[in-house]
Amino acid sequence: MMVMRRFEEEAARNYAKGKIGGFLHLYIGQEAIAVAVAEVLEERDYIFQTYRDHGIALARGMSATAGMAELFGKDTGCSRGFGGSMHFFDVERGFLGGWAIVGGHLALAAGTAFKSKYTGEDSVTVCFFGDGSINIGGFHEAMSLAGLWKLPVVFVCENNQYAMGTPLERTSPLKDLSIKAKGYGMVGDRFDGHDVEVVQARINEAVERARTGGGPTFIEVLTYRFRGHSMSDPAKYRTSTELEQRKQQDPIAVVREKLTGLGVQESVLDDIDLEVDEEIDEAVRFADESPPAREDLMMSTVMAPEGES
Amino acid sequence: MRQLRYREALREAMFEEMARDERVFLMGEEVGHYQGAYKVSEGLLEKFGERRVVDTPIAEAGFAGVGIGAAMAGLRPIIEFMTWNFSFVAFDQIISNAAKVHQMSAGAIQVPIVFRGPNGAAKQVAAQHSHSCAPFYTNIPGLYVIQPSTPRDAKGLLKSAIRSNNPVIFLEGETLYGVKGEVPDEGVEELIPIGESRLVRPGSDCTIVTWGRPYYTVLAAAEKLSAEGIDCEVVDPRTLRPLDTRLMVESVKKTNRCVVVHEHWPYGGPGAEIVDQVQREAFDYLDAPLERVTGLDVPMPYALNLEDKVLPTEERVIDAVKRVAYAS
Repeated sequence: MMVMRRFEEEAARNYAKGKIGGFLHLYIGQEAIAVAVAEVLEERDYIFQTYRDHGIALARGMSATAGMAELFGKDTGCSRGFGGSMHFFDVERGFLGGWAIVGGHLALAAGTAFKSKYTGEDSVTVCFFGDGSINIGGFHEAMSLAGLWKLPVVFVCENNQYAMGTPLERTSPLKDLSIKAKGYGMVGDRFDGHDVEVVQARINEAVERARTGGGPTFIEVLTYRFRGHSMSDPAKYRTSTELEQRKQQDPIAVVREKLTGLGVQESVLDDIDLEVDEEIDEAVRFADESPPAREDLMMSTVMAPEGES
Repeated sequence: MRQLRYREALREAMFEEMARDERVFLMGEEVGHYQGAYKVSEGLLEKFGERRVVDTPIAEAGFAGVGIGAAMAGLRPIIEFMTWNFSFVAFDQIISNAAKVHQMSAGAIQVPIVFRGPNGAAKQVAAQHSHSCAPFYTNIPGLYVIQPSTPRDAKGLLKSAIRSNNPVIFLEGETLYGVKGEVPDEGVEELIPIGESRLVRPGSDCTIVTWGRPYYTVLAAAEKLSAEGIDCEVVDPRTLRPLDTRLMVESVKKTNRCVVVHEHWPYGGPGAEIVDQVQREAFDYLDAPLERVTGLDVPMPYALNLEDKVLPTEERVIDAVKRVAYAS
């Protein structure tokens, strides 16, 4: 979680310096969810995420250097400078991308789950999306097919309360989104996302259900992002009181308190923080010094090479 | 060589490729138990079972996306759209996902998938069911677009499309499904390469470039023109993206005249692209501006007399050829 937090704080700084372009959506405040999911999944499993994708990529094991270099648009980035912030990929770790059309990647996740079922593998797909996805057609069609075919997929709605700048009560008549699961013939679950242990236990239930043939689950995780929707968003649609209240449940503070309560010395945790600081500093230095994205790959990667595969 | 109908040629291609490669499956509305809305997939369910011939609910965006996801994970789906008109609700899946992820992932993810189904006008199915879709899809880097005119090309190109490691838009024709033509005998495997045009009819006076339904209109018009002493050479691009202009340019250098005949609307699209490329590559050889005979620039009306006006006719082809040949 500390790697994600420092990675994104540093990304924000470098965005302000003009080192990073385009859109940059930060995951700060939601880190417990990604860490819990990464902890639960096996190597053979698949993950899809929205454009708010740095956290899960790092949790899954992508290096901070590969992530930062991608933000800097460099050849050493995880997508070699072709994806940017919204399109991290790490196929070797089963991370099949950050996707930037709201609701557009849910059916893809049903597709990798379809493949698992088709081939008889026991791999599971986890698909993240936000509360802003629940009204678009892509959500409905993917949920319909996953439910109909009992696909091994877990749909994780990270409800951070705002679809860009619009609060949930203005986009949904439901307070409890998880009841939608019933309409698609799948199990629903709903819980707070600030305690990594709680998230891990509940995600694990859903993943095990999928892995053992019990079909898909729709999970609503209640969370909160501490930053705006993207770097250009000052988040004027919410009060500073609300933000400060939510920060009381910062998942990193929660886990730190738990650990010290268990007798872990503050100094041990501080040492970890220092290590992370160094790791992120190194990532920024690496990204800055890396060669730019390669022009020669631009035309040659439009189509995949033909021949046996 | 034996004679097969266009739909039978397509069915054979799918049958052979599914038998050859376990990763290939067919998914779409009514493809299984109903035996295909246009009977292209007839018999496939009985042969391959429900695991590989997958009936879907009416949810094009959903099952197109499921196909793309399955392809990303290593399967080789054939996604049937009952008609290409219904692909518009799956447009985002094709454009934003299938066509993008290979480059967006710096080549780490391939999407070996075929989207296929009938394209263009049928008969009196009106404005929403008569779209000729090539212009929409040929505009997009990351896709191959194939539109076969004959049963032989349909079979050979569909087999190549299924074996391709890329997303392929495969535009069939409802009015072509019953057309008979020569197809190599059983046991003779023919893979027609994606991106190769074909010389259909040799001639010396005017080049006509055409594909899809108007292919047959053009051949009939060429016969009539021949009787009047105008000898047309006909070239079928077969694949619209990537576009192979080699044969058409060579032909125009010989005939010095060119008419492009297509069903799709005149604004942009492969028709306009062909005119652009041919005029630049054969500019010094042209004796007349290139002409196009296209579907008229209107939504398709229901009434038969109006529909007949919208689609390219023999008469319009003959008039255009005579204009470029200064023979009218």
